[in-house]
Amino acid sequence: MYRYDEFDETLVRERVAQFRDQVERRIAGALTEEEFVLIRQMNGLYLQLHAYMLRVAIPYGTLSARQMRQLALIADRHDRGYGHFTTRQNIQFNWPRLKEVADILDLLADVEMHCIQTSGNCIRNVTADHYAGVAADEIEDPRPTAELIRQWSSLHPEFSWLPRKFKIAVTGAAEDRAAIGVHDIGIRIVRGEAGETGYQVMVGGGLGRTPMIGKIVRDFLPRGELLSYLEAILRVYNLEGRRDNKYKARVKILVHELGVEAFTARVEEEFAALAGRGIDVDAEEIARIAAYFAPPAYETLPPVSEAFEAAKRDPDFARFARNNLFPHKVPGYTALTVSLKPIGKPPGDATADQMRVLADLAEAYSFGELRVTHVQNIVLPHVRLDDVPSVWAALVEAGLADANVGLITDIISCPGMDYCKLATARSIPIAEEISKRFADAERQALIGRLGIKISGCINACGHHHVGHIGILGLDKAGVENYQITLGGDPGDRTALGERLGPGIDGDEVPAAIERIVDLYLHLRTGDGEEFIDTLRRVGLDPFREALQPRETIRAAA
Amino acid sequence: MPLLDRNGWTTESFTIVAYDDLDAALAARTPEQKLGVLVPNDIHPRMLAPVQDRLDLIAVQFPQHKDGRGFSLGRMLRQQGFTGTLRASGHILPDQFGFALHDGFDEVEIDEAQAARQPVEQWLHARALISESYQQTRDGPATIFEKRRAARAAG
Repeated sequence: MYRYDEFDETLVRERVAQFRDQVERRIAGALTEEEFVLIRQMNGLYLQLHAYMLRVAIPYGTLSARQMRQLALIADRHDRGYGHFTTRQNIQFNWPRLKEVADILDLLADVEMHCIQTSGNCIRNVTADHYAGVAADEIEDPRPTAELIRQWSSLHPEFSWLPRKFKIAVTGAAEDRAAIGVHDIGIRIVRGEAGETGYQVMVGGGLGRTPMIGKIVRDFLPRGELLSYLEAILRVYNLEGRRDNKYKARVKILVHELGVEAFTARVEEEFAALAGRGIDVDAEEIARIAAYFAPPAYETLPPVSEAFEAAKRDPDFARFARNNLFPHKVPGYTALTVSLKPIGKPPGDATADQMRVLADLAEAYSFGELRVTHVQNIVLPHVRLDDVPSVWAALVEAGLADANVGLITDIISCPGMDYCKLATARSIPIAEEISKRFADAERQALIGRLGIKISGCINACGHHHVGHIGILGLDKAGVENYQITLGGDPGDRTALGERLGPGIDGDEVPAAIERIVDLYLHLRTGDGEEFIDTLRRVGLDPFREALQPRETIRAAA
Repeated sequence: MPLLDRNGWTTESFTIVAYDDLDAALAARTPEQKLGVLVPNDIHPRMLAPVQDRLDLIAVQFPQHKDGRGFSLGRMLRQQGFTGTLRASGHILPDQFGFALHDGFDEVEIDEAQAARQPVEQWLHARALISESYQQTRDGPATIFEKRRAARAAG
């Protein structure tokens, strides 16, 4: 993992002092509320429905055991004993008091963490594949690139007051697990003709009220030119992105309105002007950062573990092993996902005690390292297969052993109207009800891989556009109304879901989902065809009537 | 209008004209006149390239603090070789002062009401709070990346 040097440390400490000063000037009236809003947001502080919310950056989703313990301490001391892991690999605290926020920032700085640019119209926390350094299909670990971008984008004097927020994601693998196609910039590490690594760059993806998939603006960018190329993109966006309408201010709209060819030409022109001006870092600096992400000291192990195989005689363990493990590139190891989706509970929440259990397990079994996924789960990235039974037993005791990763109850949900000021409908209660309805483990196994994603408003924080089943909660004349979309996919075959029909009431949503799933089970081919594949084969039409109860259909007929 | 630079309040010493009046002002200028132009923040810097050597000052408008186009304009004007005084004029906050100086601005001009609310001490203090920068600066010390390189070379 990356460790701060004296310069990184100084900047983060100074940022805390700056925030303290900003709050004091707001309280004294030197800053108006209108001036203060974006300033506090640039440090992750929102004013929500009931209280302030503080969003802490977890760069590219990598956490140490020590950092996780500190988050637990903050949850205990400054919140109500829990935190919420987000779809951007961050954590949010829902109940901090304004006067305590700077103290929380001090606690974070003590473990090399911060809230810098977790909100605001600036370059947000950079995300990456949560299986970085683990996956066998990886060309290169994306985290050194992501860390370089974190540093370059922090307190950028030119790009901190953009037309709108700006999100960057990086993957180094063949399979895209970082959803790079729906980010403002998506970066894929690729090989050049001579076998050297460089970057393919996409611009203009995003969800929200105008979902779009990013367009490739560069097939191959030499790695030593990344920062000047990013500056060129950001400069074109800062100068030309729309500022007249916040709903048209993201870079995706600029790319769409100019056309990708014209946008690319402008970027290349700016890039040529920036070349050779010392913006890029040298190979030694890239190597310095990369050295922090060197593989841990793995043991040489047989690829098959007898202890692990023997433990599978317990059907509960076998189910966990089937659903919650991801193949590790090193024989004898696995990446173990801890589900934060217990049946009937808010997706992504963890209590302080659970955070401490996770920290302890990471220390004992995973070289002290954890990952936060954009699906709102936690990964222990390097667990010996031999140790999986022990880890599982500890998770069972902590109430963290749900064996539902990738299944229908592994639901992504935004906080919705339970917390969020922008929400137009509830989303957590909908997630809880759906999860209860499909609680039966055998039934979940039968259904197989199926991602439900729920947003409580058009801003799409729950990524409903890219859910195999997407649910969008709206307000229709004072009544919550939910639109169902099918066929979204965040991965390699990035696709946006299509609306199934008119919106339905909240209490009808779980039954409608159940009818859609039952119909899929009826339509799928015998070899266990996955939901998304059945949908691609038969199209949306057969599913349309599943939206309404059968009685309604009969009555209308 | 109150004017400040990195040392505190300062006084106006330029004759400043609107961009539309620039040609006439250049034609009519006297040798001792220090001439500046006020430009909107949606102008492309290349429009100023032909005349920048004859200008003592360029003032870029900041219509509201959340509109950050001026920061790019400042950097681009310096990149294309403008060496005169660069001024940020309008609604800009003490919290953005350091950024503006890093981007090549020399001065900030705000209205009387804002100056009353945000006295000069707050501007100087806000700027001093952040001493390090990963990005290149026009006004300040070496970047963090440069300091690391120097440490490696010494090392």
